[in-house]
Amino acid sequence: MDMLTEFGAARGQAKWSLRAAFRLTGAQRDEAKWGLLFLSPWLIGFALFYFAPMIVSFLFSLYDFVLTAPDEARFVGLENWRRMLAEDPNTWEALFVTFKFALISLPIGMVSAFLLAVLLNSKHLLGRNVLRTLFYAPTMVPLIAAILIWSRVLNPQTGWLNQMIALTGIDAVGMDGLRWLDDPNLIYVAYTFIGLWGIGNAILINLASLQGVPTEMYEAASIDGAGWLRQLWSITVPMVTPVIFYNLVLSVVGLLQYFIVPYVLNGGNGYPEGTTNFYMIYFYKQAFPFQNMGYGATLAWFMFIIGLGITIFLFWSGRFWVYYAGESK
Amino acid sequence: MMAATNVNSTEYELSRRRRDLLLQAAVTLGALVILAVYLMPMAYGVITSLKSKAQTSDPGAPVWPAEAVSYAYEGDDYDVLQVPTESGIRHWALVKKGRRASEFVDPANPAGGLIQWEGNWRQLEPVREFAVQWDNYPRAWQTIDFARLLANTLMYAFVTMIGTVAASSCAAYGFARFNFPFKNVLFMIMIGTIVLPPAVTLVPTYAFFVNVLGWGGTWLPLIVPAMFGNAYNIFLLRQYFLTIPREMEEAAQIDGAGRVRTFVSVILPQAVPALTAVSLFHFFFAWNDFFGPLIYLAGNREANPITVGLTEFNGLYSSETQLILAAAVISMIPPLAIFFLAQRVFIQGIVVTGVDK
Repeated sequence: MDMLTEFGAARGQAKWSLRAAFRLTGAQRDEAKWGLLFLSPWLIGFALFYFAPMIVSFLFSLYDFVLTAPDEARFVGLENWRRMLAEDPNTWEALFVTFKFALISLPIGMVSAFLLAVLLNSKHLLGRNVLRTLFYAPTMVPLIAAILIWSRVLNPQTGWLNQMIALTGIDAVGMDGLRWLDDPNLIYVAYTFIGLWGIGNAILINLASLQGVPTEMYEAASIDGAGWLRQLWSITVPMVTPVIFYNLVLSVVGLLQYFIVPYVLNGGNGYPEGTTNFYMIYFYKQAFPFQNMGYGATLAWFMFIIGLGITIFLFWSGRFWVYYAGESK
Repeated sequence: MMAATNVNSTEYELSRRRRDLLLQAAVTLGALVILAVYLMPMAYGVITSLKSKAQTSDPGAPVWPAEAVSYAYEGDDYDVLQVPTESGIRHWALVKKGRRASEFVDPANPAGGLIQWEGNWRQLEPVREFAVQWDNYPRAWQTIDFARLLANTLMYAFVTMIGTVAASSCAAYGFARFNFPFKNVLFMIMIGTIVLPPAVTLVPTYAFFVNVLGWGGTWLPLIVPAMFGNAYNIFLLRQYFLTIPREMEEAAQIDGAGRVRTFVSVILPQAVPALTAVSLFHFFFAWNDFFGPLIYLAGNREANPITVGLTEFNGLYSSETQLILAAAVISMIPPLAIFFLAQRVFIQGIVVTGVDK
């Protein structure tokens, strides 16, 4: 079972009773001891690098605390939170930018991954194994290398993308052509292209899921006169909704932390016209170059709350559109 | 009657086969076209990394790596241009530039002396020949000090790989084989850490590592947390351990092996594919890690990994496209090579985390 399904299963079986822990027999106690012993690396790591820092991070958000002058730190209550939500226009702008980009890049990325998986699963495709490997290859290209290559491919004059588009007769080359990385209207599309070089895992998971769809379903539909498109929409799509859900949850979390592409391309200066002032960029600037630990922690906690909210919403909405085989409605 | 049905069915069989063949050709061709577009930037990166600097910024230059041909005449080098003459296009070296007329020399017949040509030389195309700048690679390697970046990256990747695989497999074994109170709760929390944005724990962790421990500018803040395992790896290994039959462990225990001994000598040897997958995942993660090194190593350029080094290089030498692309190509060779060699284990690992089987 995949991670999110196992998460659901664990939630169903979770026992929160402390009393049960004291009611163990000798053998059970021995087993529990060994189990926790094996688990201890993760338990210690969780306590030290997740649990404690999360609490401290929230405490930091109540302080005015600049790392270069730790002695001047002072308790300000919810002042950072008020400033972030009510005064600082950058917070909302950064959130807006992040959501706008997510609304463009998420559907394109997920639909591309699904359609490529359908293509790579087609029984009419020759050389399937070789093609699958080649379609996965760009995902293995280190992101920084991919960004450096793409930034030149997207060059309006010397880049191959515009030159390829020009072959179709569209006047794309040159300073009044398609300026992918300079035009505020094109910038998210350009970033989405770079992101398409990272959909290999999504393709693979979709593909594995497609291979799990029983062929009898297609045969039955075929006998009933359903065409290819109809079968795709009524059988394939519902059968892969768990995978789409999984990819969606991980993509949303990833997009909230979208940082490397804008940072490598423009150093985080928001070019062009502030369209690339993503939330994580703003958080990075506050927390590290400016060393505003208090305000940085507030921004981070806000990101956590938003991410948690979206994840909970997705899990709730999943009940209506994610199809789990073998589960009766 | 019988004969007629047979003819019909062979005809039907033939047309079905023809249709299948056509469909096969169309689907495969379509896939190849999409693949070509998808991989185009890779080809661009490799080809452009072999061009001269002048060619990378010249929109009129050919797609392949080429250089303008020059010709040495009486001690000086002159550009060879494509000159239209009455006897077709000739390749002549431009010796004396003039606005309305210029003087050329024919490299095939230098003894013939200067040739007058009427027209504007600026409208003439240079003669180019195929010329691959292999030299860009050693130059990029040295300019960026790639050996040092590589050593840093490999050190980080291998040290943390050993630590995270050891810790993750221990924890995974704990989840896979033992019952203890709050096991499901802890398992849920562990999966939950995957969707936790690292930013929320980062600020105090940073303040602690840098201000309290004084680890700023070193790799320690990145190495130490990796020694405690991570949720993806634990999950993947747990799934694999669950498929290993319990009988072998029971046999080992009857032979008197303790829990640790059973884990090390029975479970781990059987989990080699999963351990390989997890090691590879971690290697690629470390090879790509950017944000951590960026903030923790700030101020100590000596310690930079490839990712941060390449980014700085891109900022400093942004006009040297060919060197930047050469460095980018070098940085993608190891992960691509490892992937092509070990794709089966690798792909299996990705599928386990994401598909309900």
